[in-house]
Amino acid sequence: MANEITFLEAIREGIDEEMARSPEVFCMGEDIGAYGGAFKVTEGLLAKYGDARVLDTPISEAGFVGAAAGAAHMGMRPVVELQFIDFISCAYDMLTNYVATARYRAFLPCPMVVRGPSGGYVRGGPFHSQNPEAAFLHTPGLKIVYPSTAEDAKGLIKSAIRDDDCVLFFEHKYLYRRVKGVMPAGDHVVPIGKARVAREGTDASIITYAATVHKALEAAEQLAAEGISVEVLDLRSLLPLDDEAIQATVRKTHRVLLLHEDTRTGGIAGELCARINETSFAWLDAPVLRVAAADVPLPYSPPLEDYVLPQVADVVRAVRHLLAW
Amino acid sequence: MPKRTTPAAPPGILAREPRATPLGPHARALGDAQRLELYYWMRLTRTLEERLVALYKQTKVVGGLFRSLGQEADAVGSAFALERRDILSPLIRNMGSMLVKGATPLEVIRQYMAKGDSPTRGRELNIHFGDLDRGFVGQISHLGDMVPVMAGVALSFKMRREPRVVLVYVGDGATSTGAFHEGLNFAAVQKVPLVCIVENNGYAYSTPNPRQFAGEWFKDKAAAYGIPGVQADGNDVLAVYDVTRAAVERARAGEGVTLVELVTYRRKGHAEHDNQSYVPPGELEWWAAHNDPLDRYVARLTSEFRVPAARLAEVDARVQREVDAATDEAERSPMPEGTDALVGVYADPPVVPAEWYREGVTKAVERHERPASWGTSGGE
Repeated sequence: MANEITFLEAIREGIDEEMARSPEVFCMGEDIGAYGGAFKVTEGLLAKYGDARVLDTPISEAGFVGAAAGAAHMGMRPVVELQFIDFISCAYDMLTNYVATARYRAFLPCPMVVRGPSGGYVRGGPFHSQNPEAAFLHTPGLKIVYPSTAEDAKGLIKSAIRDDDCVLFFEHKYLYRRVKGVMPAGDHVVPIGKARVAREGTDASIITYAATVHKALEAAEQLAAEGISVEVLDLRSLLPLDDEAIQATVRKTHRVLLLHEDTRTGGIAGELCARINETSFAWLDAPVLRVAAADVPLPYSPPLEDYVLPQVADVVRAVRHLLAW
Repeated sequence: MPKRTTPAAPPGILAREPRATPLGPHARALGDAQRLELYYWMRLTRTLEERLVALYKQTKVVGGLFRSLGQEADAVGSAFALERRDILSPLIRNMGSMLVKGATPLEVIRQYMAKGDSPTRGRELNIHFGDLDRGFVGQISHLGDMVPVMAGVALSFKMRREPRVVLVYVGDGATSTGAFHEGLNFAAVQKVPLVCIVENNGYAYSTPNPRQFAGEWFKDKAAAYGIPGVQADGNDVLAVYDVTRAAVERARAGEGVTLVELVTYRRKGHAEHDNQSYVPPGELEWWAAHNDPLDRYVARLTSEFRVPAARLAEVDARVQREVDAATDEAERSPMPEGTDALVGVYADPPVVPAEWYREGVTKAVERHERPASWGTSGGE
């Protein structure tokens, strides 16, 4: 389609619109200026807005995430790029101890976005494929957004930039150029904290987010051929979670598969399962099941990575198992 | 000032004779009233901390108590070099800096006593509080973290072309952290209006400088960042003021970051519970007897600047009255309500599901209180 743009371009468009809309918005990160970022998300922004608003930084995630917090206290709205989200651990202290607590302990606003390419299925190996979202789910004070469509990527980056708190914005790099969409006209903003029903169904629900939304949709298509109707709920926001949408789908289909690309133990599925248990136990016709990555660092070689990460066939088998209960 | 004759220090101890620093240009420009004001802040710092010790012994201080005994000159003299519009971030031994910037004894005592109307509403301890309007940002416990954060505050001033300066304090120990390095490097590269003060007080908790740092002086680190590194006798309030003021003016003129090392000595333990068993015998006594910043300043005020002793006694009496009044008022303050703990994590808080097993917990949640309605920027 003529007006179709990629997931990556949708993020760029969202940042660009917010920079044009508000002089407080500026970008900071490694190689984001002249080079346009490792994946070219910020390409063109330096030429348009100048080096006062598109800052190339030293290699120091703690340094520039901390600096973003300080600038945010003073009314700026920094959008920080981590070259790969795997490097967010270098700023873990700053995010969890400083940023996340600032409003609560000191009434200091921290309107900032920390964004970066995440996720696997791209043969990136242990340090260019991570999904570290669960580490931050456990941190009150942060928000976490992880879109799966180009439209949501744009609408959510705009919401994240306008949010008065710190939003971690995960950009699945598998989706960057594979997923495309036509942007709704006008000021397209998607609210943080609202899930999206990606496919309606009646027999079972797959609750998931990011790249595995597409695995779930593929699996649902295959299962439809067998006469099984699967609903897919795309969480979009992980913190806060949309409890209402989760409960609605559970109470609709009574069978739930939790699917994520992050490793199984301590992954977000555990928290979702606990919430479903606490609120909707009486509606369940089967135990809540999980499909997630194996509990290993993500390996590089294709047979290894394919074995570790959830695949469509895994999802299909798991849903069949759920229905046979 | 005539050179003081100090007897030889016992062997094996860290001793530094008071330096006979001639008055610098900025210190020379101070008037009588400002010199007396410096004395007031230093005396207030010491007297307020002594009162906190008394409250601590009465178990009215809920957490630990951190003293800045012997470091009052470095805290007060440096903060005094800032203007009203400038912003600082203190360390745990910079209560004096915060007082200069407008923090009140009442706030400090309420904070230590974990009162509901303390600046953080009982959420944070000791002097971990701030107020952007008055120009100080509360620190966190993770040493070095405030350097990147304050570099960011300074970056916002640079971006908006506001002629404001940022001052961030670290101790000798914090210079070992990655955050210190990352923050200072970022600030130097961006040439933001930041002054970074390293308070070299000899110890980080129990660890003496030689186990922290293989160099001689902390100011020497500045060369690696391409910024000036300067040093002053941290127990000489006028020298501290002078060196900091020069760095502040340099920053305001757009010339970038300065690393200022203030050489002082920590006369009390890390916190009040620390018995300082690791300090060589005689060291604490030597500093108390020969290099106390208040004694030195009193001697200088009365001799060099001819301030009558009665004027200083008036200041002492005023400080005592203020600390007494603040103590009485803080003691009357209420403790916070438990449910206050649940609000204010987010600007637009999600509805927190009430824990069904905790009676009464729904109250604060139902109120759905916004943080804008309280705290330092609200209408207390």
